[in-house]
Amino acid sequence: MTYLTLSLALIFVLIPIVLSKTLNLGLEKDTLIATVRSIIQLLAVGYVLQFVFDSEQPIYIILMIALMITAATQNARKKGASIKGITWKLVVTYLFVEILTQGILLGFQITPATPQYIIPISGMMIGNSMVLSILFLNRFTAEVESHQDETELILSLGGTPKQAIHKQLINSIQASTIPTIESQKTIGLVQLPGMMSGQIIAGADPVQAVQFQLLILFLLLTAAVVTSVMMGYLSYPALFNARMQMLKMRQKD
Amino acid sequence: MANTYTPIIELTNVTYSDHEVPILKNITGSFPEGKITTLVGPSGAGKTTLFRLCNGLISPDKGDIVIKGKSIEDYEPTTLRRKIGLALQNATMISGSVYKNLSLPRTLQGELLDEETARELLLDVGLDSDFLHRNVKDLSGGQRQKVSIARTLVNQPKVLLLDEITSSLDRVSQQDIEELIVAVNKKYGTTIIWITHNLEQALSIGQYTWVMMAGELIESGESSLLKNPTDERVKVFVRGDME
Repeated sequence: MTYLTLSLALIFVLIPIVLSKTLNLGLEKDTLIATVRSIIQLLAVGYVLQFVFDSEQPIYIILMIALMITAATQNARKKGASIKGITWKLVVTYLFVEILTQGILLGFQITPATPQYIIPISGMMIGNSMVLSILFLNRFTAEVESHQDETELILSLGGTPKQAIHKQLINSIQASTIPTIESQKTIGLVQLPGMMSGQIIAGADPVQAVQFQLLILFLLLTAAVVTSVMMGYLSYPALFNARMQMLKMRQKD
Repeated sequence: MANTYTPIIELTNVTYSDHEVPILKNITGSFPEGKITTLVGPSGAGKTTLFRLCNGLISPDKGDIVIKGKSIEDYEPTTLRRKIGLALQNATMISGSVYKNLSLPRTLQGELLDEETARELLLDVGLDSDFLHRNVKDLSGGQRQKVSIARTLVNQPKVLLLDEITSSLDRVSQQDIEELIVAVNKKYGTTIIWITHNLEQALSIGQYTWVMMAGELIESGESSLLKNPTDERVKVFVRGDME
């Protein structure tokens, strides 16, 4: 695709802007910012990837992954600001997901140990983990807030913090992983995954593209469940102190 | 209160604030072991906060709480909370059946509550045993309160902290609960500390009374003090002018 052809794609940016302007939706500014950012970010990533692929230095792969984890952490930590130590909990989770998935892929030689495979797959895993951790944190903080009375009841009867928060934890893990599982049930029927579509458009054999997509789907499943479970079990102790008292507990009377 | 009894809970200069708003100010006093003490005072006096402190759900900013001669900080929190039972006014239930709620204290210890004991507990609080498998969302406020009291009794606590447990009950149910609490006190020697807005109840049930106002302990002693208070604020409160 030439840059000239790509510029014609901006028609697809104009359509929402015109609609927003006509219907007073107020989306013009955000649409423009999103467009400019995506152009700059993706072009920059394209050049960086080209450099990393050409150099074949493992240090650049590590740096790229570190950058992804930093950006994902920076984005997700705002959602868990009420949880003490949320930054390192997110870093540990993303790092674990990355090591686990790459460990299996490279360890069993499912994918070759080249930056062309490691970096895009890492990006998908860390990106997915970031979305999952945001979904989890949103749900978990809401669950904790709305079930404070139940938590307090269990503590007052001699339950441990883990017992007191168990229901909220399970609800949040389920709620955050269900979208991933549900979307996989209809995949191929409702929508063709972006990565597979991209490969087919680029001329790859569709069956091979499907095989690779399946691998990614299964990886995303692991990333989703591992992220939610890890975030859950790393986060809940921060809500209690050593005396098994709920921090910021609402007071009555 | 002059110590002519063995105290089970002793508070010394207990102070507690929530977001820098003082809730309890320098509370010093004690509760007699094996007796029924009522806790009276207007809303905002800090009565429920005092209960949360005694159950270990919160800790004081300053001061000491001693339970049976041992600082509250030296108790393992889960052990303390099983010894010091707490039944709150809102009677929070976990979703599911009455039996699930009654079993909760045992489930938390990895044990089972047999159905027979659960049925007996229901009868004790004045509920038919066929309530056992009803869903708690189908219970009235008063029935929930009764289940809440029965659930607290499952741990066989040494001290029962009851926070306005009869305020949502009709006169007959209120009497049932009063009789039950007196019976528990007599049969097991359980110390009862009971927050009530009903001064008549405080006089008839309580052997001792604490009068609290605006986070302070104003007067304490035998319940008869409510008939002849010495403090002017208590006199006004007893006359019902502060309610």
